[in-house]
Amino acid sequence: MATLSADFALALRSFELRLALEAERTVALVGPSGAGKSSVLRAIAGLVRPDSGRIALGGEVWLDTARGVDRAPDERRVGLVFQEYALFPHLSVRANVGYGGKDRVDELLERFRIGHVADERPGVLSGGERQRVALARAIARDPGVLLLDEPLAALDAHTKSEVRVELQALLRSLGLPALIVTHDYEDAAALADTVGVLVDGEVRQLGTPQELVAQPRDPFVASLTGANLLRGFARSADDGLTSVQLESGEVVYSTDTAVGEVGVVVYPWDVSIGRVHADDSAMNLVRGEIGSIVHLGHRARVQVGPLTAEVTSASVERLGLSPGGSVVASFKATGTRLVPL
Amino acid sequence: MKRALLAAPFYAAVVVALAFLTLPVVALFTRVTPAKLVGQLGNQVVTDALVVSLETTLIAQVLILAFGTPLAYLLASRRFPGRPLLVTLVELPLVLPPAVAGLGLLAAFGRLGLLGSTLDALGVSIPFTQTAVILAVAFVASPLYVRTAIAAFQSVDPDVAAASRTLGAGPTRTFFRVILPLAAGGLAAGEALAFARGLGEFGATIMFAGSLQGVTQTLPLAIYAAFDVNLDVALAMGALLVVVSAVLLLSLRLILSWQPSRQTSRSLFAPLS
Repeated sequence: MATLSADFALALRSFELRLALEAERTVALVGPSGAGKSSVLRAIAGLVRPDSGRIALGGEVWLDTARGVDRAPDERRVGLVFQEYALFPHLSVRANVGYGGKDRVDELLERFRIGHVADERPGVLSGGERQRVALARAIARDPGVLLLDEPLAALDAHTKSEVRVELQALLRSLGLPALIVTHDYEDAAALADTVGVLVDGEVRQLGTPQELVAQPRDPFVASLTGANLLRGFARSADDGLTSVQLESGEVVYSTDTAVGEVGVVVYPWDVSIGRVHADDSAMNLVRGEIGSIVHLGHRARVQVGPLTAEVTSASVERLGLSPGGSVVASFKATGTRLVPL
Repeated sequence: MKRALLAAPFYAAVVVALAFLTLPVVALFTRVTPAKLVGQLGNQVVTDALVVSLETTLIAQVLILAFGTPLAYLLASRRFPGRPLLVTLVELPLVLPPAVAGLGLLAAFGRLGLLGSTLDALGVSIPFTQTAVILAVAFVASPLYVRTAIAAFQSVDPDVAAASRTLGAGPTRTFFRVILPLAAGGLAAGEALAFARGLGEFGATIMFAGSLQGVTQTLPLAIYAAFDVNLDVALAMGALLVVVSAVLLLSLRLILSWQPSRQTSRSLFAPLS
């Protein structure tokens, strides 16, 4: 499978977008609106022309300003899914899907569960259906890379968690390099193997979701990446609680209800750290060695196993915490949220 | 109570407006019975004028569509220095008094005009020919089309056109399969306006093309000529012009409202590729 490599500079209205990344699997760029996220996708698709740089998919060079290469959008094998989907309003769902490639239309209509609306116009579809049409249309074109612009932003909360699961499965099964831009760190962490934080046109930090939460390079990344996301398997437990067996083997409890594969969302500031655990059965406990300690002003992010806690710098001093030391991280069952994966 | 008080003047205004707009047309037809109208169709002056009107209007409309559409698309889709000035120039004929438009055409294409000697050398003389009628109609009517067409092209979501490109369609296929069908409603509205303006064109035509029966005398010119001589003939031609306009506008409407709801855009604008 070809790797997407993009390394370019593009002057936007109030700042310059500078990007250098390689995507073999799914990469997500997360950042506030106006950070230049959509411009990244448009530049890769050839809809805007970077001032300088190089974009290539494997050996296929799409843009190389130094050598005067600039392929037209229709000569780049991209599957771009626009934020508002940009479906053709005058064409049926079937014609929309078949626009870029007619070979697999029926198969895709079925796979994306839009066969029953094949003869309808996009105007009468629900948000979720529209998105599936947009995805099917992009895939029918047989792209070498998938570009998704805020794939979950336009959906209501209920549809969103469903679509997130479907997207995950889709990205896995396609096995294409994919670039997702989103303003929601949780979505990025759930969908991508690598997450980049894009602010004012600049990638502040690029790493795995765990790395970003544990070792944010600056306070902005810290506030954006916000939550821990622990993967595990949920089943219902006593007292209306849900028990989640984490990948690390530990079991934690949540007041949220869920069954099956889930992500446990915990904010670092809801996690306390102690040398020995307080004997409190209402607390979730994760024992482990301190991986890293990152100071952010008067606060510090302490990584314990899969979990990151945010504590005051004073308590780091007081507890004498240092990397390698054994500690117990604890958080309340009420401080967790379960999101389906 | 208040609503009833406001409702009375509201409906009164509606009735007055409707009456005012329909009365002259109705009056025309009270003077011209269908029998009289059909009778006048045997009149050589009337049939000549009808043929000249239809021919020149249709050819002018074809020219307006063929040349105006690319111009409108360019002005709608590109940003360049001097664009506002260019748009103003394109719209200028719209506000020119028709007599001034006629003078301008003479100054450009007349024997002593800007291009006169060039055209002379080619053995072409435009004034007082049917070509002059077509040019006059195209000159005064095309701004209406181009203006509306610019707005129609601008209303097409740029992301939808971009989506077509990313799906492998080149600029030409994107234009004919996405942009043109989506702008079609607006283009047709502009065309209807230009058509109506062209069919009624009088001032520029009489100055630039004259009023020669069977050559340059269109229905409006023939009506004016007959007005002094035989009012019945003038009235009959007036009624005829109303009927012709109404039929053509109605068929345009029908063609457009017959937006094939089940099939795709294929019927109206077939893709070239």
